[in-house]
Amino acid sequence: MSSKSRSRTIKVDALARVEGEGGLTVRLRGGKVADVKLRIYEPPRFFEAFLRGRDFREVPDITARICGICPVAYQMSSTHAMEAACGVKVEGSLRALRRLLYCGEWIESHALHVYMLHAPDFLGYESAIHMAADHAEAVQQGLELKRIGNELMTLLGGREVHPINVRVGGFYRVPTRRELEPMVKRLERALDLSLETVRFVAGFDFPDFERDYEFVALRHPDEYPFNEGRVVSSRGLDIPVSEYEDHFIEEHVPHSTALHSVRKGHGAYYVGPMARYSLNFDALPEVAQAAAREAGLGPVCRNPFKSIVVRAVELVFACHEALRIIGSYEPPERPAEAVAPRAGTGHGASEAPRGLLYHRYRIDGSGTVEAAKIVAPTSQNQKTVENDLWHLVPSHLDLPKDELTWRCEQAVRNYDPCISCSAHFLKLEVVEE
Amino acid sequence: MAPRRPKLAVFKFASCDGCQLTLLNCEDELLAIAGEVEIANFLEASRAVVKGPYDLALVEGSITTPEDAERIHKVRRMSRTLVTIGACATAGGIQGLRNFKDVHEFVSSVYATPEYISTLEASTPIAQHVRVDFELRGCPISRAQLLEVLGAFLRGRRPNIPTYSLCFECKRQGTVCVMVAHGTPCLGPVTQAGCGALCPSYHRGCYGCFGPMESPNTASLGARWEAMGAARPDLVRAFRTYNAAAIPFRAASEAYEQQEP
Repeated sequence: MSSKSRSRTIKVDALARVEGEGGLTVRLRGGKVADVKLRIYEPPRFFEAFLRGRDFREVPDITARICGICPVAYQMSSTHAMEAACGVKVEGSLRALRRLLYCGEWIESHALHVYMLHAPDFLGYESAIHMAADHAEAVQQGLELKRIGNELMTLLGGREVHPINVRVGGFYRVPTRRELEPMVKRLERALDLSLETVRFVAGFDFPDFERDYEFVALRHPDEYPFNEGRVVSSRGLDIPVSEYEDHFIEEHVPHSTALHSVRKGHGAYYVGPMARYSLNFDALPEVAQAAAREAGLGPVCRNPFKSIVVRAVELVFACHEALRIIGSYEPPERPAEAVAPRAGTGHGASEAPRGLLYHRYRIDGSGTVEAAKIVAPTSQNQKTVENDLWHLVPSHLDLPKDELTWRCEQAVRNYDPCISCSAHFLKLEVVEE
Repeated sequence: MAPRRPKLAVFKFASCDGCQLTLLNCEDELLAIAGEVEIANFLEASRAVVKGPYDLALVEGSITTPEDAERIHKVRRMSRTLVTIGACATAGGIQGLRNFKDVHEFVSSVYATPEYISTLEASTPIAQHVRVDFELRGCPISRAQLLEVLGAFLRGRRPNIPTYSLCFECKRQGTVCVMVAHGTPCLGPVTQAGCGALCPSYHRGCYGCFGPMESPNTASLGARWEAMGAARPDLVRAFRTYNAAAIPFRAASEAYEQQEP
């Protein structure tokens, strides 16, 4: 029997090494892909609903609880949205400290994904713990890098999961120069480890697979983006954050599990490290650009399997940026700008480790939240993940089912999907099979 | 023959993943832990799943769907010792805010096709569904306390986790009381210790991540807050966050809600 006449189903009941709970079904008929479904069964938690009635100052702490892996992203997008609503702009050292905190989260999150969640796919291990038996040095290196990211978050935020020091307007307490000083040695070590990481992952085998994505990310005139910039795309979009909802919608697809984010009139798009990198290569410091070149990356990368290399390059950037910020740090006069509530709507977008994270809030004159909208990176990438599988599977039909299944899982993990984040706005399908 | 390593499993219900991430955040201890226990089922870290029964199950998250209300019984049946980790599993979590509102209204305000959403009226702690051997508090849990629980389990003793208030930690660290010195409202006097009194050391009031201490006097603290200028709705919100379904906090928030003018 030829493989072309068979009907097969590749089903992963519970995806491993992702944040949150999701599954994958790929149906094949007559040698062709008949259906791809990335199922989300993470229970919805209704953040947008219960944020109504809360005080605007509580929102950064509450939205942090959407995701234990990228709480700073939620704190940053929400504080910027609230400040925009209240007409306050946070500048100078406070702005720099926010970038520094975000560096810590990128280092922690990227090191976690590169070493613990994704590298085992390339080297053929079930987990980083299994991988440690043969690659102890690499795993130790990843854990050390992750630890340094967590140390930076803990210093600035109090703890690495759900930091307590972020507030609308700035921080509760800002560090002294002396408190930051010990991080310099640690970050120099992290920079070395990051460069080593780029070399380590550049040596992996990558499937020959590229797609012509529409990349979407923030772009800022002076810097690689964290908290500020315009929303731009590789197909010419260039808008302020406040116009995001004019251009992107969450579309309901019949019989699908999720609201799929699409760019109006254009379709699926790609957010995350590969989009940021490809749209902002010129804003990377020389050390990161050189590391990318050495790893064989051009200024644009369209192979999603190589996102692990891009993440490693962003590790180099984050360590370099953190050192730069600490090197020129002058403590601000006060830990936070005063932010008085006023009735209005505010928009905020920042670059979470997994990509663009958009928030919008409407508050009344007393600062009570009247409406909230949150669009997480994984929600925006979901349609693109499914499209990747539509394109990837046909050229791998000769693989035994186990290997094909693993390859599909790996393709999903290319996106470092955070299902805990996305379940607050994704449709829930109860699959009974 | 070497003794069999105990089998560890991690299960997730409605949550943010932060508490199980705390296990991965034990960077210095992770490989040592993996040497002492068999990590048999930990999907966030590994695609290899070893069948139960398990000697120790760590359960993260609260029960919010009919399917999960079934699944937790299966988890209980295949686990010798079941420890809940974090505020969601122990007190319903932030998603427990639905318990005070009409969840159907929540569904239709967030989702365009409400009939696709399968959800329960309330977000409930694991202990309301099955027997729990130990509840570890925190939003998120403390890494040191998690290691204490794992160590206690491996040695067959009760974990040594204090149930006194956050104030003890401030005093021990020499952190100046933010309420006395600066008039900053603080939940520390009624909140269980465990985080290391982080917020006061960053000049802010505690906001209750570790839930109620043993025998908290919420009325006395509420009166003190009011004397400092807090209004009743402020008190309702303060008691109604990450541990909103914990009985003493729920009672306090409901009492202040009824007293609202």
